[in-house]
Amino acid sequence: MSPLDTLNANEGGVSRRTFLTASAAVGGGVMLNFSIPAFAQREGSAPEAAATLNAYIRIAPNGETFIVNKNPEIGQGIKTSFPMIIAEELDVAWKDVRAEDAEVDPKKYGAQFAGGSLSIPMNYEILRRTGAAARLMLVTAAARTWKVPVEECETADGVVSHKGKNKQATYGQLADEAAKVPPPNPMTVKLKDPKDFKIIGKPIGGVDSPKIVRGEPIFGIDVTVPGMKYAVYEKSPVYNGKFVSANLDEIKALPGIRGVYVIKGNVTTLDAGLYNGLTDGVAIVADKWHQANRALGKLQVKWDNGETATRSTPGFVAKAAELAKGPYEKEIKKDGNVDDALKSAAKVLEARYEYPFINHSPLEPMNTTASFKNGKMEIWSPTQMPGGGKTAVAKLLGIPETDVTLHVTRNGGGFGRRLSNDFMVEAAAVAKEHGEPVKLLRNRRQDIQSGVFRVGGFHHFKAGLDAQGKLIAFRNHFVTYSNSGKVAGSGNLNATEFPQGYVENVDYGYSMMPLEIPTGPMRAPQSNTVAYAYQSFLDELAHAAGKDTLQFQLDLLGPAKAPVVNKGPFGEQVGFNNARMAGVLKAVGEKSGWGKKLPKGTGMGIGAYFSHSGYFAEVVQASVNPKTGDVRVEKVWIVGDVGRQIINPSAGGNQVEGGAIDGVSQALAQALTFTNGAVDQTNFHNYPLLRMHQAPHVEVHFLTTDNNTTGLGEPGLPPVIPALANAIFAACGKRVRTLPINPAELKSNA
Amino acid sequence: MSYTINVNGKPRTVDVEADTPLLWVLRDELELKGSKFGCGMGLCGACTVHINGNPTRSCVTPVSAVGEAKVTTIEGIGESDTGKKVQEAWLALDVMQCGYCQAGQIMSATALLTRTAKPTDKDIDDAMSGNICRCATYTRIRAAIKQAAGLPTEDKREIA
Repeated sequence: MSPLDTLNANEGGVSRRTFLTASAAVGGGVMLNFSIPAFAQREGSAPEAAATLNAYIRIAPNGETFIVNKNPEIGQGIKTSFPMIIAEELDVAWKDVRAEDAEVDPKKYGAQFAGGSLSIPMNYEILRRTGAAARLMLVTAAARTWKVPVEECETADGVVSHKGKNKQATYGQLADEAAKVPPPNPMTVKLKDPKDFKIIGKPIGGVDSPKIVRGEPIFGIDVTVPGMKYAVYEKSPVYNGKFVSANLDEIKALPGIRGVYVIKGNVTTLDAGLYNGLTDGVAIVADKWHQANRALGKLQVKWDNGETATRSTPGFVAKAAELAKGPYEKEIKKDGNVDDALKSAAKVLEARYEYPFINHSPLEPMNTTASFKNGKMEIWSPTQMPGGGKTAVAKLLGIPETDVTLHVTRNGGGFGRRLSNDFMVEAAAVAKEHGEPVKLLRNRRQDIQSGVFRVGGFHHFKAGLDAQGKLIAFRNHFVTYSNSGKVAGSGNLNATEFPQGYVENVDYGYSMMPLEIPTGPMRAPQSNTVAYAYQSFLDELAHAAGKDTLQFQLDLLGPAKAPVVNKGPFGEQVGFNNARMAGVLKAVGEKSGWGKKLPKGTGMGIGAYFSHSGYFAEVVQASVNPKTGDVRVEKVWIVGDVGRQIINPSAGGNQVEGGAIDGVSQALAQALTFTNGAVDQTNFHNYPLLRMHQAPHVEVHFLTTDNNTTGLGEPGLPPVIPALANAIFAACGKRVRTLPINPAELKSNA
Repeated sequence: MSYTINVNGKPRTVDVEADTPLLWVLRDELELKGSKFGCGMGLCGACTVHINGNPTRSCVTPVSAVGEAKVTTIEGIGESDTGKKVQEAWLALDVMQCGYCQAGQIMSATALLTRTAKPTDKDIDDAMSGNICRCATYTRIRAAIKQAAGLPTEDKREIA
């Protein structure tokens, strides 16, 4: 069910408080404003979602149609796909559409954020209705003028026509009259039959791409405001280290420096996932960013780093191994009796899977421009979560949120990093302290070291197969990390994690190690790690059972079952549907030629995963050089099922390809390590990202199924990592049980 | 110090310290924001400009080293036929996701095609491996370079 279906179900079909308001737009035309307060009021737990939903359309007399995109553009293509959805039902020609960025105003636009692959599932139907309601107003205006019934009028490409009377009028001509029409109830307007779509489902280029190829200034880092200075903010390399002393006078005397400030933080405990607090730091404000950044080379700060400075990566690894020997601290899920089943098993397998912390590293480093004047703060920021930033800035400054104006710029990559607004809060603090507008920009070292990291973890599996090779018992003692006593952000394990529900005896539990370093969502959070561990171990089990992995997974999934419906913070979400998973598995087997004979040293592996309501199965073909252990990822075949409709096949395919290559990049090379609480890595030489010559061929296919349309920025990533690990096993007979992949362990004599 | 450098065919005079990287002269003195800051160490290629036609990391090029050389940035690349073709191919194949690295990608690709009109996949790997795309649009970058070169766009790299 979509959030909208949820609304219908919960409201019992009675008339809800739905408003569609229209007014004449500045400069002519109609402005349409659509809000459903009832939707927001039901949801109490998620502040970003707990607001109204609406959309915004403005039609100029010449037919130019301005459509607002309300969510941050982070490269997922939302500034193109949201206007596409509205334009389709409005029935305008795409060439007449001008996409505009929304102001941050939850009362007008509802939840405005880019995360969880939620933009499409939360907004697809509501945006269609917004477009359709506006179309009806335009048709009504025409029908009144021509004195004909509304039903007899037709629309196409921004023109209303009446065949019988041979009448035609453009939307531009009708807009002023349409603005006076009482807005219809958007919940009852007629939507197009998808077979008649002219825009949705067509590959359409990004609306800002022409600006990008010309180098126009549209990113946060490009913002310039009058009188602006440049700032860097140096914090302890250990999270929340307290400032003790620094050579501030020496820094103040350097060229171009206009101010050096010690700023005290406000963080007391770590949040679980998003970080909007301020931690102690030294702000350096200069005429130019280069001068501020250069001064960092001379800055010497003494920090009090507390207990976090006692923690290092080797210590975590040793502690995890020690914890794994004992019982887990907390149970997650228990079905049947794993111990008894293991006693009766024909084969018992044990394996430990480990993955490191990694960093999001969007290529545009964290930055924000802030101007504090007369008690009011104005901010320009590339953020995925504007509302969270606005609230945090208001709290920090002790001013009402209405005194914080936030302009969201294009994000030079997000991947979840910019769901936290720590950089925005820092910029606001520095702007207030300095008194002139400042652009705060992190250098790459700061960007890597003060991340909100993808958390590492350790899965200790034990499973049993019966004499027929059937999986009868599955145990996981998961060792994760804690922040402020709770599981560190995105370091959870679900009770329903597959194969739970598909094997009789299951035992999942976890133990925690104190971390006190920020961790949080990164593209397909939790799934991007759990998929690797589980799907790799399932491949081990298939081999132990003497079965083909694809067939082993299909056997495990069994006949179609009714999926579980869960209540989530953004409405009801349909849980795992085994038939859809089987569908993508079978399809990827066909597309990849699964089972075909490959040269020695080359292998295929498969991975399948359900996340963010999407089903993805992927096959990787990789070769391993026996002398060096170097891995070449040759090709990835992907089949995804995100329901009935791919809104924009161009951007959609790009997202899935990028997600898969992102996963390969993580698996091959990415790892952060900690020494005395601080991240060791500093830039792309010791934190390498995948490059052109390493990028595999990627082939993406979508299965169209009769299910609600859901997002695809994230679910394409998780399966590729186990598919690669399993391909390496097929190629050289060695299991990848620790990420990133270490070629030294894959050499033929290793 | 005062420096006069030739940027996109015009002499531009700036008063900056000698060690100021060309990138920051372009961005903050000349308001040419198209060249991007990514790493500051010549590792990611987001800051790539042409100096006398050669792709160069402007983040590690001090302004004092530029001298009389001709600097071309993303803002000026469309003036050349090859640059224009590359920009058009980028749009035709809808290459970008976030787009932050693409100025640097386009600069490296244009330099490649200026040198090698019909590049092989190996040529593309060699010319483009200094440019990171965090969104991983590599498949489309490869295809767009071929399209701009008038070559079939499919990926011909061998697989088993």
